[in-house]
Amino acid sequence: MAGNNPNSTPMNLTLKVWRQKNAKTQGQLVTYNVKEISPDMSFLEMFDVLNEDLLRQGQEPVAFDHDCREGICGMCSMYINGRAHGPEKGTTTCQLHMRKFKDGDTIVVEPWRANAFTVHKDLSTDRSALDRIQQAGGYVSVNTGGVPDANEIPIPKPIADKAFDAATCIQCGACVAACKNASAMLFLSAKVSQLALLPQGKVERKTRVENMLAQHDAEGFGSCTNIGACAAECPVGISLDNIAMLNREYISAKATSDNIG
Amino acid sequence: MSWFTKTFSSTIGRKLLVAITGLFLCSFLVVHLIGNLQLFSADEGVAFNAYTYFMTHNPVIRAMEIVLLLGFAFHIYEAVVITRRNQSARSVKYAVNRPEQNSNWSSRNMGLLGTVIFVFLLVHLYNFYFKLKFGEVSLDAAGNKNLYVIAVESFSHWWYVALYVISMIALAFHLIHGFQSAFQTLGLSHKKYTPAIKAFGYFFSIVVCAGFAAMPLYFFFLY
Ligand code: HEM
Ligand code: SF4
Ligand code: FES
Repeated sequence: MAGNNPNSTPMNLTLKVWRQKNAKTQGQLVTYNVKEISPDMSFLEMFDVLNEDLLRQGQEPVAFDHDCREGICGMCSMYINGRAHGPEKGTTTCQLHMRKFKDGDTIVVEPWRANAFTVHKDLSTDRSALDRIQQAGGYVSVNTGGVPDANEIPIPKPIADKAFDAATCIQCGACVAACKNASAMLFLSAKVSQLALLPQGKVERKTRVENMLAQHDAEGFGSCTNIGACAAECPVGISLDNIAMLNREYISAKATSDNIG
Repeated sequence: MSWFTKTFSSTIGRKLLVAITGLFLCSFLVVHLIGNLQLFSADEGVAFNAYTYFMTHNPVIRAMEIVLLLGFAFHIYEAVVITRRNQSARSVKYAVNRPEQNSNWSSRNMGLLGTVIFVFLLVHLYNFYFKLKFGEVSLDAAGNKNLYVIAVESFSHWWYVALYVISMIALAFHLIHGFQSAFQTLGLSHKKYTPAIKAFGYFFSIVVCAGFAAMPLYFFFLY
């Protein structure tokens, strides 16, 4: 089947990969050649091939984050030829296939760049700043008591859909990586909207947005200037409408919350 | 810090100030454009100079001038603070970056466009505002200060006309992104209205800036 498909001809590629020993050292782009890459491989599988070559040559393999390889965990951060997760719209790096490239291509691969994300090693970055934003208010407090019935609280379908769309954020950080301002506002807005839309989340909506934005700013992320690169690069298609909703939540919280400190 | 200063020093808070002042400045542009259209009336500046007299003597306009000055000051100050913070949020840049694949040029260059507008403002205020207030200005037939001849003289130099036209192009790009962006910043986004806001913002930016640019071009080529 694959044999007579011209697109399945193996490719030889030149990679320029960011190599950095640890957070304290300086890094640089290092050039590698990879051969016989099948167009059906994923971008990460191509990196597996590279790493096996490096191991055979007694060199240190390239460190990169990955886990599910199914586009759901958000780990596989790579800035490929100047784009977060590479050239294809709406995909993670693990879902990017080598058929998007041509034989002889040079591909530059860098880690997410933002001062709030430090490079652990090579392409692997510390994105715990996003976790801390989430911990600052991205939850619903539940006091103990009997287990409530599912569907006990009526939620209109369109609202449930919107909340679900926001909830699909996989916390990959591509929005930060692609943003000229290294702002995490698309991520933050997805988390804030998801909860503020639902009755259970409305209880804490004011403190949530105040605390989560304060954490966002304290982590050193930039401010949103409505460029829209985030939404264009987001693998799950989180929309800019969430940022407008975040702004509304923030304005109304600041105007009416009991927090005067 | 009180809740109030905290609000307006957060990333969203500062943007709110930029958006509110930005839209206020847009309303100023409309008034300024409509008034200045009198430059086109073929009466050697009598109507324009009478309008200038009104604008420099009416107490309401005098008070609004202070509000306008504050509007510019806040807009520029907050925009500069935001832009600098944003630049420092990524100290190691990408070796290869293709932002043109995911966003518009004007949206990424608001600081640059704003700086062009700022330089223009200084030249513009010096040439018209300061000359009118503190300089020696001749009087026209009706006895009003003749700002019209200053315009005629200024716009007889090609480089002056070029500065104006380039600045108005920069303003147009600033507003093509800025007008609709301000609504998004204020949280005013809705599928019923946002398409109309975007279309109007585009139309507004081009018409207003073309209107201003027409003035120097008119004096240079047709007067
Ligand atoms: C007549 C003059 C001006 C008008 C009508 C105007 C209007 C606007 C508007 C409507 C916005 C959008 C606000 C938002 O996105 O929420 C904006 C943003 C901006 N303005 Fe202006 N502006 C003017 C002059 C200037 C000047 C002189 C500067 C700088 C020296 C400047 C710098 C900026 C910057 C950097 C932004 C982007 C800030 C951001 O998106 O967060 N502007 N402007
Ligand atoms: S908003 Fe999109 S790009 Fe940003 S972290 Fe969530 S899934 Fe990733
Ligand atoms: S490895 Fe899980 S999303 Fe790519």
